[in-house]
Amino acid sequence: MRVMAQVAMVMNLDKCIGCHTCSVTCKQAWTNRKGTEYVWFNNVETLPGQGYPRRWEDQEKWKGGWERTRSGRLRLKAGGKAKRLGQIFANPEMPQIEDYYQPWTYEYKNLTEAPAGDDMPVARPVSQVTGEPIDKIEWGPNWEDNLGGGPEHAVKDPLVEKVNTIRDQVGEQIRMEFEQSFMFYLPRVCEHCLNPACVSACPSGAMYKRVEDGIVLVDQDQCRGWRMCVSSCPYKKVYFNHSTGKAEKCTFCFPRVEVGLPTVCSETCVGRMRYLGVMLYDADKVTEAAAVEDEQDLYPAQLGAFLDPHDPAVIAAARANGITDEWLDAARRSPIYDLICTYQVALPLHPEYRTMPMVWYVPPLSPVVDAVAATGSDGEDAGNLFGAIDAMRIPVEYLAELLAAGDTYVVDAVLRRMAAMRAYMRRVNLKQPRDESIAAAVGLTGEEIEDMFRLLAIAKYEDRYVIPTAARADADALADTHPLDDSCPVSAQALGGSRPLLNLSPTRRSA
Amino acid sequence: MDLILWGAFPYVVVVLLVSGLIWRARYDKFGWTTHSTQVHESRLLRIGSPLFHFGMAFVVVGHVVGLLIPKTWTDAVGLSDHTYHLLAVSTGSVAGVAAAVGIGILVYRRFKVPAVRQATLKSDHLMYTFLLGAMALGIVATLLNSTGATGDYNYREGVSLWFRSLFTFQPDYALMGQAPVAFQLHVLFGLGLFLLIPFSRLVHMFSAPLKYLFRPYVVYRSRDPQQLAHRPSRRGWEKVGS
Repeated sequence: MRVMAQVAMVMNLDKCIGCHTCSVTCKQAWTNRKGTEYVWFNNVETLPGQGYPRRWEDQEKWKGGWERTRSGRLRLKAGGKAKRLGQIFANPEMPQIEDYYQPWTYEYKNLTEAPAGDDMPVARPVSQVTGEPIDKIEWGPNWEDNLGGGPEHAVKDPLVEKVNTIRDQVGEQIRMEFEQSFMFYLPRVCEHCLNPACVSACPSGAMYKRVEDGIVLVDQDQCRGWRMCVSSCPYKKVYFNHSTGKAEKCTFCFPRVEVGLPTVCSETCVGRMRYLGVMLYDADKVTEAAAVEDEQDLYPAQLGAFLDPHDPAVIAAARANGITDEWLDAARRSPIYDLICTYQVALPLHPEYRTMPMVWYVPPLSPVVDAVAATGSDGEDAGNLFGAIDAMRIPVEYLAELLAAGDTYVVDAVLRRMAAMRAYMRRVNLKQPRDESIAAAVGLTGEEIEDMFRLLAIAKYEDRYVIPTAARADADALADTHPLDDSCPVSAQALGGSRPLLNLSPTRRSA
Repeated sequence: MDLILWGAFPYVVVVLLVSGLIWRARYDKFGWTTHSTQVHESRLLRIGSPLFHFGMAFVVVGHVVGLLIPKTWTDAVGLSDHTYHLLAVSTGSVAGVAAAVGIGILVYRRFKVPAVRQATLKSDHLMYTFLLGAMALGIVATLLNSTGATGDYNYREGVSLWFRSLFTFQPDYALMGQAPVAFQLHVLFGLGLFLLIPFSRLVHMFSAPLKYLFRPYVVYRSRDPQQLAHRPSRRGWEKVGS
């Protein structure tokens, strides 16, 4: 057992309102520079839809991620190392700016500097790349927001095509008419995978996974612009800075995470739907887990590579591998561990890419609840919801293609757990007696459901983000050598015995 | 004049090439890249770039063979001058035409695609001048030599001998001074191109990623200790210790 720690993220899609605050704050922090005009380390997609870049999920085109060879080994889908070096002068799968969108601005100076005259000055759109006027803006980073252009564009979503192929037998297709469609939002950042395809595709060895926290970064001094990472990342989350000629990607805001602060996208999420915490995993099991034969076994295989931070054997092995007690403590309080392993309500994005992603998603129950409520029935009744999950196969199949390699059983189970939480907590809020049978129906106890509710619905800041600092050991050493006066003016004695809490609620899990 | 051009200049080029590379590696790793424009235009690049690069690789191999292998060796294995030239010109022209067509496509693309034109570096203008010049002059020299326009000049008894004499630090500059003008200009443009390598995008030829074949897929790295709290102070930022 080789224990490694990773700072991972879970997003609760039920609570995403598609406001794009994460995208905008991320853009302001990281990519409002020349060469990255078209780059969004964080973007929010409306699903069903083609996404950004267009049809990024179509791996027959981009050849992103890994594939399993007949002998059971892993190989980059784009080809082995020798083949890739042979393609180094022109990457056949390289996305073009147009696949993302042509970034533009407007000739604002025409408005502010036009001399007085009879005609109204006009601000034409111009490309931010070439500076040349654009006659008609035809695509943007978020063109399909709220199913905009749905019937025309969303049918080109590769997952819609997949589900429709499966559904052809029953003659029922995903509909794109607004009243009959379902939709939800998918915010995406780099997955900081355990088995990253981008790192594996980099000929220069400039991309790496950090030992301490698993964050995947590009060494800007070593990148030589071979751009293999751009196409090999199946999530299309490595971008080419056309000005510097180097690859850039989501940094998981490492300067913030190192000092215990959440990433910018998490910090500014108004829906409070992002969670950050530590996951321990067995590095020796990763390759094996990523190479299991059946794609639908990849999710359980990845679960199997995660380690229980409460297990004394794991703790001992982690210490032996240099993981500090502060990190182990954070791992035990990790909201990510609870969502992924304890309650098993979070699922990996496209596990079939075999990259072992580390940004997981709680699938949205809202399409189901909305549909039940629209029929005039009680949208929070356990029986109604369970029945609807069974009946509403299209959203479930779509979610299964997104989060479980097509395994609807997994998505069913998660949605049922979410439905049970709603129904159970509704009774609590209405001061009705707790109905343990609702919890038991999904294999949980009432106590666990209430804890899950606290984590998912109340979602206190200190419950959502449990991030150990990288430099705590340094700080402690500094404090030892420079001892401070220990008396605090608002100490327990001064307040008559009770510790001041400074308006912070106690954390959900104490160490 | 011959002494400066063919006796001193080659050594100046080598010194600037080596020191330039060291300077670049030490102070401008961030600028060391292919400056690829494939994100702007891929269709033409996918034809032009491999043609040029693979063609050029064979051209370089051809030059190495032509310049370094003495005539006496090929004579010894019984290769006649005629057969040698037939071999050299036939293989060389395939490689040369591939490289020339490739660079033609790439230059066309650089002029015609607005985003690629926009991405052209200042250093590219000089670099392209020397690259195209060296290639054109090389083709001209080969044509002249093969059609007999340069008389019975055999570069293997002229340019090649001079080139090898450079390594013994006793450059036979007079030999190069007697070479046909086309050869002289080709050599000058070639030397100029070498000179530009460290100072242009050509520097990416020195980062051919062969190590990729021998490393494990996933690269792990620890956080840079220089970024941690106990890093030593930088010059001018020393702590006062109070």
